[in-house]
Amino acid sequence: MFKDITIGQYYPVDSWIHRLDPRVKIISTFIFIITLFIANRYIGYGFTLFFLAYLIFLSKVPVKFMLKGLRAIFVIILITVALNIFMTPGENILWSYKAIKITGEGLYLAGLMATRLIFLIIGSSILTLTTSPIQLTDGIENLLNPFKKIGVPAHEIAMMMTIALRFIPILLEETDKIMKAQMARGADFESGGIIKRAKSLIPLLVPLFISAFRRADELAMAMEARCYHGGENRTRMKQLMIGKHDYIAMIGITIFTIIMICIRFI
Amino acid sequence: MNKIVTSKGLIYEYYTHNDKGEIESKETALDDINIEITKGEFVVILGHNGSGKSTFAKHMNAILHPSGGTLLIKGMDTKDEDNLWNIRQSAGMVFQNPDNQIIAAVVEEDVAFGPENLGVEPNEIRKRVEESVDVVGMSEYITHSPNLLSGGQKQRIAIAGVLAMKPECIILDEPTAMLDPIGRKEVLQTIHRLNKEEDITIIHITHYMEEAIKANRVIVMDHGKVVMDGKPKEIFSQVERLKELGLDVPQATELAYHMKKQGIDISTEILTVKEMVDAIWQLHLKG
Amino acid sequence: MAITFKGVNHIYSGGTPFEKTALYGINLHIEKGQFVGLIGHTGSGKSTLIQHFNGLLKPTDGEITILGKNINDKDTSLKEIRQRVGLVFQYPEHQLFEMTIFKDVSFGPQNMGLSKEEIDKRVKEALDIVGLDESMYEKSPFELSGGQKRRVAIAGVLAMKPEVLVLDEPTAGLDPKGRDEILGQIQKLHKTLGITVILVSHSMEDIAKLVDRIIVMHRGKIALDGSPKNVFEHVEELEKMGLAAPKIMYIMKALKSKGLKVSTDVLTVEEGAKELASLLKKQK
Repeated sequence: MFKDITIGQYYPVDSWIHRLDPRVKIISTFIFIITLFIANRYIGYGFTLFFLAYLIFLSKVPVKFMLKGLRAIFVIILITVALNIFMTPGENILWSYKAIKITGEGLYLAGLMATRLIFLIIGSSILTLTTSPIQLTDGIENLLNPFKKIGVPAHEIAMMMTIALRFIPILLEETDKIMKAQMARGADFESGGIIKRAKSLIPLLVPLFISAFRRADELAMAMEARCYHGGENRTRMKQLMIGKHDYIAMIGITIFTIIMICIRFI
Repeated sequence: MNKIVTSKGLIYEYYTHNDKGEIESKETALDDINIEITKGEFVVILGHNGSGKSTFAKHMNAILHPSGGTLLIKGMDTKDEDNLWNIRQSAGMVFQNPDNQIIAAVVEEDVAFGPENLGVEPNEIRKRVEESVDVVGMSEYITHSPNLLSGGQKQRIAIAGVLAMKPECIILDEPTAMLDPIGRKEVLQTIHRLNKEEDITIIHITHYMEEAIKANRVIVMDHGKVVMDGKPKEIFSQVERLKELGLDVPQATELAYHMKKQGIDISTEILTVKEMVDAIWQLHLKG
Repeated sequence: MAITFKGVNHIYSGGTPFEKTALYGINLHIEKGQFVGLIGHTGSGKSTLIQHFNGLLKPTDGEITILGKNINDKDTSLKEIRQRVGLVFQYPEHQLFEMTIFKDVSFGPQNMGLSKEEIDKRVKEALDIVGLDESMYEKSPFELSGGQKRRVAIAGVLAMKPEVLVLDEPTAGLDPKGRDEILGQIQKLHKTLGITVILVSHSMEDIAKLVDRIIVMHRGKIALDGSPKNVFEHVEELEKMGLAAPKIMYIMKALKSKGLKVSTDVLTVEEGAKELASLLKKQK
């Protein structure tokens, strides 16, 4: 039942974090990721861990959802760890076999890198789990607006994201329908080698693209019928407003960043 | 300004091209249309696929421009580029495919789209959105995703989206063609209510004659021409003519027609089950 | 027996918060050569049901036998079932993808692994049945009108020579003329090829004229199952389900309740006219 799948993992629950202005969350996430690269010792990451744990608690999102995102990059973490373990030069050799050696420094770095990646994913997950795709779009459009002066098509980007969000479930459903229709004619999407399988996608992709173009055409007509003429002189019903909670959050992330900088340089 | 739509000698022609880009033929989609639609009317335009009814709808919304003749919407010439947005605000359009006219992933955001384009002030937009969604009976779904709605519900949201622009006239281009019977009923009830209670002129384009029964006026198109124009009873009683045009008549009317053929003295100006039952009962009493 | 269902349930997304039961305890027997109409609203389970006819969906519980083969049996070739039970979805023209009509209709037979001669023969036959002649063979499907595209899509399924043909709302979106044409062709198919035909629709008037048997679905269950005359008798029940009998039925029933001695065994306007005319004439 594709209709029920929410895109981008948004977990709808009412929490202090959910209620924050999306712009504050987006910028905070960026700042957070930067602090991950400032820290270079386990003490720093230890503190970050407490910080993240507190945020997860505030967000009321079950921990397992937070960890879901890690599954996707599990392989990347493995590769990073492996590279660091085997390729880091150092004095403290723990094990070696011919040219390959594992150093203490390597283990240390590997651990650091892995932790960094994991925290990066969890931090981003907090953003996407607590902010609906629409809020994210509004937030991004708002943040990009000042850059319109230098030619960034903020409105068009936001419009594209909005329409994509609206039509992804529809196109997924359509993919399912087309697949079933072709399977009813004996199409086989599952067996065969790579080339055969790629070819078997043609009866799926051609109708899908045609349908997508047709929808785009009809949608454009409908948009024009409702007087759409680009971003000029357009108002918005939803106004993003910074509230006192947002100020608290901004102070919070600032303090966190200052502490991380201190940990690094002291 | 009492006339919402005034078309004089409206002609629309286009050329079809073959694979090489050479002109293959000239098609006349609209052939000398002269129609006037007055404020407050509920007009149904009937015709089979290819009769020109959708083409006419697209002219009324200024999506297409006449090749010849004129079309005025509320006195504004559709050929004039400057009038474009005013025309589209005055005469809103609802299309056939419920999904392909809903832009946002939340109902209230989609209904706000029209007023946002018009540059309406945010608080006013919020007010209009709530009113429009309420008028079409979808208030409880105002923060829902359109994906979870039925076809009829989606079309009602589309209507709300047009209403929020405060048009005087709504044109619906085969809005029920992709809906099931329940959805069709929902849409029809909504537009009749809008016509009666909000005094909005409705131009409803369809090939389902059942939907024309309650109209003020029925216009039948064929091959780009207006071939019939009058009250529902007058139009539907001409059963043979309608069948020649590839259209249906309400079952009650068809029944009267067949009975007449069998020699029974019954009028074919019958549209509904009730009228038919009464008419037969009268005949029974007489006989 | 062409199709048999015993105690079939179908549950979507079982065990998740999105769990939904689409079919409850379906028991069904469809004999070879029958012309069956399947009626029900969106959400009644019609689409789910028909996808079980050719193995696109498997039942969560219960047994299904299609043309003698048990669908849950590992040895049953789904590919074979899908050739013998042809399924035409709603708006089938959306599945067209080839450069020419001829090639698109060949898709089904090609997947069956037939020889080129056999494929060509079948494609020509199928296109002939749906009324598209040789001049159309090399045209691109995208040059055609909606109604023509639909006929190409139906031909694409017919070319596999199915023994059972299932059509999901084949008249959806068509105008009265287009609708009559397609229904006429389906009726002809049933008569000349003798195949079992299952027609899904929500137009009572369309179905009443064509089918031998009507199955009414409501909320995942079979609510009514019988001849058209039997099913349409249950006017109140149909209305409670949000469905309706053909209008002619209402007229006859209203007259009967007023005391007129009319038969309510009438399905079409022509039948009704004859019945009423003879009754009124008799009075004289």
